[in-house]
Amino acid sequence: MDTLLYVEGLSVSFDGFLALRTLNLILERQERIRLLIGPNGAGKTTLFDALTGQVKPDHGRVLFKDHVDLLGLSEHVIANHGVIRKFQTPSVFPDHTVFENMVLSSGRKRFLATLAARAASRELDGIARVLEQVGLLQHAHARAGTLSHGQKQWLEIAMLLLQEPTLLLLDEPVAGMTRAEKEKTVALMESIVQRSTCTIMLIEHDMQFVRQIAGRGHRVTVLHEGSVLSEGSIDRVQSDERVIEAYLGRGTVSAEAPC
Amino acid sequence: MVPPLGRRSWDAQLLWLGLFGIVFVVVLPLANALGFLSDYYLNLFGKYLSLAILALGMDLIWGYTGILSLGQAIFFGVGAYSIGMHMMLEGSGKGVYGEPVPDFMIWNQVYQLPIFWKPYKYFVFALGSSVLLPAALAALVGFLTFRRRLRGTYFAILTQAIAFAVWLMLNRNEMKLGGTNGLTDFKSILGFSLGQPATLRALYIFTAAALVGAFLVSRWLVRSKTGLVLQAVRDNERRLEFLGYNVASYKIFVFAVSGALAGLSGLLYAPQVGIITPSQVGVLPSLEIVIWVAFGGRGTLWGALLGAISINWLRSVLTATYPSLWPIILGGLFVTVILFFPQGLVGLANKLRSLGTRKWASVRAPASPAQPNLGGGFGRGA
Repeated sequence: MDTLLYVEGLSVSFDGFLALRTLNLILERQERIRLLIGPNGAGKTTLFDALTGQVKPDHGRVLFKDHVDLLGLSEHVIANHGVIRKFQTPSVFPDHTVFENMVLSSGRKRFLATLAARAASRELDGIARVLEQVGLLQHAHARAGTLSHGQKQWLEIAMLLLQEPTLLLLDEPVAGMTRAEKEKTVALMESIVQRSTCTIMLIEHDMQFVRQIAGRGHRVTVLHEGSVLSEGSIDRVQSDERVIEAYLGRGTVSAEAPC
Repeated sequence: MVPPLGRRSWDAQLLWLGLFGIVFVVVLPLANALGFLSDYYLNLFGKYLSLAILALGMDLIWGYTGILSLGQAIFFGVGAYSIGMHMMLEGSGKGVYGEPVPDFMIWNQVYQLPIFWKPYKYFVFALGSSVLLPAALAALVGFLTFRRRLRGTYFAILTQAIAFAVWLMLNRNEMKLGGTNGLTDFKSILGFSLGQPATLRALYIFTAAALVGAFLVSRWLVRSKTGLVLQAVRDNERRLEFLGYNVASYKIFVFAVSGALAGLSGLLYAPQVGIITPSQVGVLPSLEIVIWVAFGGRGTLWGALLGAISINWLRSVLTATYPSLWPIILGGLFVTVILFFPQGLVGLANKLRSLGTRKWASVRAPASPAQPNLGGGFGRGA
C-alpha cells in the first residue's frame, strides 16, 4: 500500500492547552476523500494548521508521499509540494473578476514572469475547464465580491484546483451554504474525485453533507480532544459507543449534529 | 462547453487617450504658435501636465496597490533639483558676479564648485539623475521596509518622516542647494534661452508627450498580470502570499516606478516654472498629491490625470482671487470627496453614465443574456 500522508504522535499545544495529543493518522494514496469530524475544539483545524506549516508542533512526525517531512517547512514550500489548503471563510479577491482570480492562482508567480506574462491558451483552457467544473463559467467576468457566499467558496476551490494539488485540505466547505448549494458541492466533490488525481481531506460539521459524501464509500475519522477517537465507514463510526458518548450524545444518533 | 476565447476590447479608452494626445500635444502648441493661445496659458498647462505625471505615479502605488506613500514629493524634488542643477551650471559665469559657480553660492561664500555638482554639467547625467535616482531611492526605501513587512499606516508615517527630514536638509545652506530659496533664475536649457516662447513651447510639447507616454506605460502595467497582482496586494495580501507570490518584490517594483514617474514630473516641471524650492519637496506637497488622486478617482489612471489638472487649475484661479482661502478650500474638497464621492470624479462620471444607460436600456427590448467570453487580456479598465 502506498501512503500519501503519515502522521505519527503529533502533539500541538497552545500555552499549555493540548490541542493535539499524540495524534496518529494514515491516508492511503488510493483513498480519494477522507472526512474529518468531531466536536468543536477537537483539533481538526489545528491538524490542518500543523500540516500546512501554520503552527509548529511540539512532537510528532508527518511524512508526505513517504519521503517529504512536512514539519519545519514554511507555508509556501509546503504549498509547492502540493498540499493546498482552503480556509474556513471564503478568501478571494473581491475587486477582481472571477477570471482574474483564476489568472492570479494559475501560472508562474515570480515577479519577472508576471511582468512578461501573456495568457497562454493552454492556461486559458485550464481556467475555463475548472470554472465550468465548479459552475462559475457563466460568471467569469463578474466581480468576485458580487458572488453569493456559496459561489465564493466554489471560486476558492477552483483557484486551489488550478494549482494541481496532491492533497487538498478543505475546512468546512459547506458552512453557511443553502441546501441547494450543499447539493451542488456534493456533486462538485464527486467530479473532483473523477476528474483529478488529488486526495481531499475535508473537515465538516454538517452531518447530512458528511453522510452524503461518506455514503459513497469514503472513510470518516472522528477527532476528540486532540486525538483520533474512531475511524471507518460512516455506519461503523455512528454506531461506535465512544463516538455517541463524546460527540453525538446518547440517544440522538440519527439527529443532526450541532453546528 | 468551453466558450470561444477572445480579447476584451478596451479600445474606447485608447481612443480617448488619442484624443487627449492630439489636443494637448498638437492642437494647443499649434494654437500658441499661431497666436490663439497666450504663452502664459500654454506654460500653465505645461505645469499641470507635468504634475499629472506625478499623480500617475501616486495612483500606481496608492490607488492600485493600496500603499499610501506620503513621500512622493521627495522623488519629485530629486527630479526637479537634478535638472535645476544642470541649468544653474549652464547659466553660471553669465550671472551678476561672473564667477564659475551659481550666484547663490557666492552669497554663501562658496567659490569652488562642490564635487557632487560637477557631474551635473552633463545634460545626460542630469536626465539620468532625474529619473533613475528617485527610482533607486524608492527601491532602497521599499527594500528596507517591505521585506520587513512594514505596511499600512507605518509605511505612510515612515515616508512622511523622510519627507520632513529631506525638507529640513534642503532648507540648510550647508547642503549647497540654495537653502530656502532653492534653485531659480535658470537662463537656458541645452543652449536654448528659457526667455524664448519657442523654447517653452518645445518644453510643453515634451511634457504633453511624456504624459501620454507615462499613461501608456501605466496602462500597460496595470493591465498586465503584474497589475492584477498589485491590485490583489491592495485587496487581500495574505491570500496572495498563500498563492505563492513574493509580495515584497512587487511592492518594491511599483514603488520604484512611482518614484521614477515623480522624478520625470520634476524634470519637466522645473524648467517650465523656473524655480524649485524646498517648499515643493516636503510633507505638505506630498499630501496634496494624495488629494489630487482621491479627487480624480483612485485606482483609475484617468482619475489621477483629471485630479491633478483640475485641482491645479482651480488653485491657479482661486489663489489669484482668494489666496488665504485656498488651503481651506483644498481641505474641504478632500473631505467632501471622501464623504460623498469616494470614487472621485471618475466614479461620479461612471455612476451618471450607468444611470443614463439603465434608463436607455429599459426603453429597448431586453437583450439576450451575455455570452461568457474569456479574454486574453488580464486587466480591467485603467
